[in-house]
Amino acid sequence: MTLRHPGDGELPRWREGLRAYGLIAAMWIRSSMAYRASFVITVVGNLLVTGLDFVTILLMFSQVHSLGGWSLPEVAFLYGLSATAFGISDLVLGSMDVLGARIRDGSFDTLLVRPAPVLAQIGADRFALRRLGRITQGGLVLGYALLHIDVNWTVGKLLLVPMMLICGAAIFGALFVVGAAFQILAQDAAEVQNAFTYGGNTLLSYPPAVFGKDFVRGVTFMLPLAFVNWVPASYVLGRPYPLDLPAGAAFASPLVALAFCALAGLAWRAGLKSYRSTGS
Amino acid sequence: MTEQAFIELDRVEKVFDVRKKTGFMKRERRQVRAVDSISFGVARGEMVGYIGPNGAGKSTTIKMLTGILTPSGGRLRVAGIDPSRERTRLAHRIGVVFGQRTTLWWDLPLIDSYKLMHRMYRIPDARYAENLDRCVELLELGALLDVPVRQLSLGQRMRGDIAAALLHDPEVLYLDEPTIGLDVISKAKVREFLRELNAERGTTVLLTTHDLQDIEQLCSRVMVIDHGRLMYDGPLTGLHEAGESERTLVVDLERELPPIEVPDARVVKVEGPRQWLAFPASESAAPLVARIAAEYPMVDLSVREPDIEAVIAKMYAEQAEKAAS
Repeated sequence: MTLRHPGDGELPRWREGLRAYGLIAAMWIRSSMAYRASFVITVVGNLLVTGLDFVTILLMFSQVHSLGGWSLPEVAFLYGLSATAFGISDLVLGSMDVLGARIRDGSFDTLLVRPAPVLAQIGADRFALRRLGRITQGGLVLGYALLHIDVNWTVGKLLLVPMMLICGAAIFGALFVVGAAFQILAQDAAEVQNAFTYGGNTLLSYPPAVFGKDFVRGVTFMLPLAFVNWVPASYVLGRPYPLDLPAGAAFASPLVALAFCALAGLAWRAGLKSYRSTGS
Repeated sequence: MTEQAFIELDRVEKVFDVRKKTGFMKRERRQVRAVDSISFGVARGEMVGYIGPNGAGKSTTIKMLTGILTPSGGRLRVAGIDPSRERTRLAHRIGVVFGQRTTLWWDLPLIDSYKLMHRMYRIPDARYAENLDRCVELLELGALLDVPVRQLSLGQRMRGDIAAALLHDPEVLYLDEPTIGLDVISKAKVREFLRELNAERGTTVLLTTHDLQDIEQLCSRVMVIDHGRLMYDGPLTGLHEAGESERTLVVDLERELPPIEVPDARVVKVEGPRQWLAFPASESAAPLVARIAAEYPMVDLSVREPDIEAVIAKMYAEQAEKAAS
């Protein structure tokens, strides 16, 4: 007779991960909703603080008429796309920067004895809806930009807008995961990770033309951040691509995002494996 | 029918690469054998103490048994599962309590952690309710359920952690220093609970500890590990014999006197009117106390149990002697 044990009929790993993510996130949402007024205040606070980035851009435009040849609505378009996409990935995976601290204090071990993928557990840890503030302000700026940019809309260009948000969130998300894998190896690297994620978001709020060519090359080919908004947005606005990329490049974001996510997955596995063979 | 051991280790090794900075950009690599070819088996329902000094390899062994660490060599099975390869499947069948850190969600009320375990482990509702009630009653958690974990005292948190590890009816419970830092009453509660758990549910228990009393009161079998090697595996009484350990009688006399002279005991230390006498751990203290009380002006006394470090140190000295002869 074979006894059935819980855990024998497990779902595929990714579904098990999504399930665990949902359970943990729901727990944190319930707990933050216990103090509704405080929740509203933190959302509004988050909205205002993250909105300061756009205020910086507005201040610049009070002195100049264009940035690298881009008008205010065009820069707002870049900003709105990047901020919203980053906001989504920050909402979903923004807690990953505590990973190094959890390894140092040993509480990372407790994640490994639970029957759920570690990535889902660490991603959902302290899930904070206040991060909706960033998405909201990004969305508002994007809305303003869409009303004011001068574009001959085609079906392709219309489709590119939601695609940029989805692929952008995926690319930023992959960056969070790569950063987390790196934190396992170098345990106090949270700031390095933040430089790439939060720094990447700030970078993408400005037109590529204001940066040096080698820098843009790095952001396009090493970290594929240029595919979050620069390349597709250039297409939408009828501007030349940065770096003279081929014509179809604007539509390559899904492929780039997919490849980067796969790479991030491998990096994460390698990181976890190195932890489990060396300990802390 | 011969049942295989429930926990099985066959020449298990764990080697860590330690890198040490020896100068600018220069690093020296050194290998540390945290666990060095350990073999043992634990039958279902056994309650085993796993002891040894700091850095002996206790926690490393536990981490390999839970799937946190991957062994560098040897074969390891828990309930027929290779922990490092099927970590999440094994997780449904084991419970783990780390004395020094919590598996609970720090900022949330205790009950929230339990509710999450309920869903995450897919514990049937009736079973969950029954197990929770039982733990709440026996571990006296009733008043603590709505308190955020970070506000609990160490003893309360430990009880909360033990409950969390048992909600999903694990077949084996690993406890890494479950009584470290607890006061006497909390220790007693925890021990009492574990004894009942093992007797009633037949849960296999493997615990590491520094406290020899944990072992005395709970375990019929004890394993001693040091420098990654298994030094002893057998009943606790045998450990005393193997270490030929001694207990200590601390006697307070009315005044300063020359060292007490009694058969079967020797004075190891004198400090004013207080004297320390060592006597074999296998002997009863009663006749010794009676004799001293009859011959000396005794004010107070206490008996100290041998600690693990002392026992192991003795075992070592004896091994070294054997090797030399």
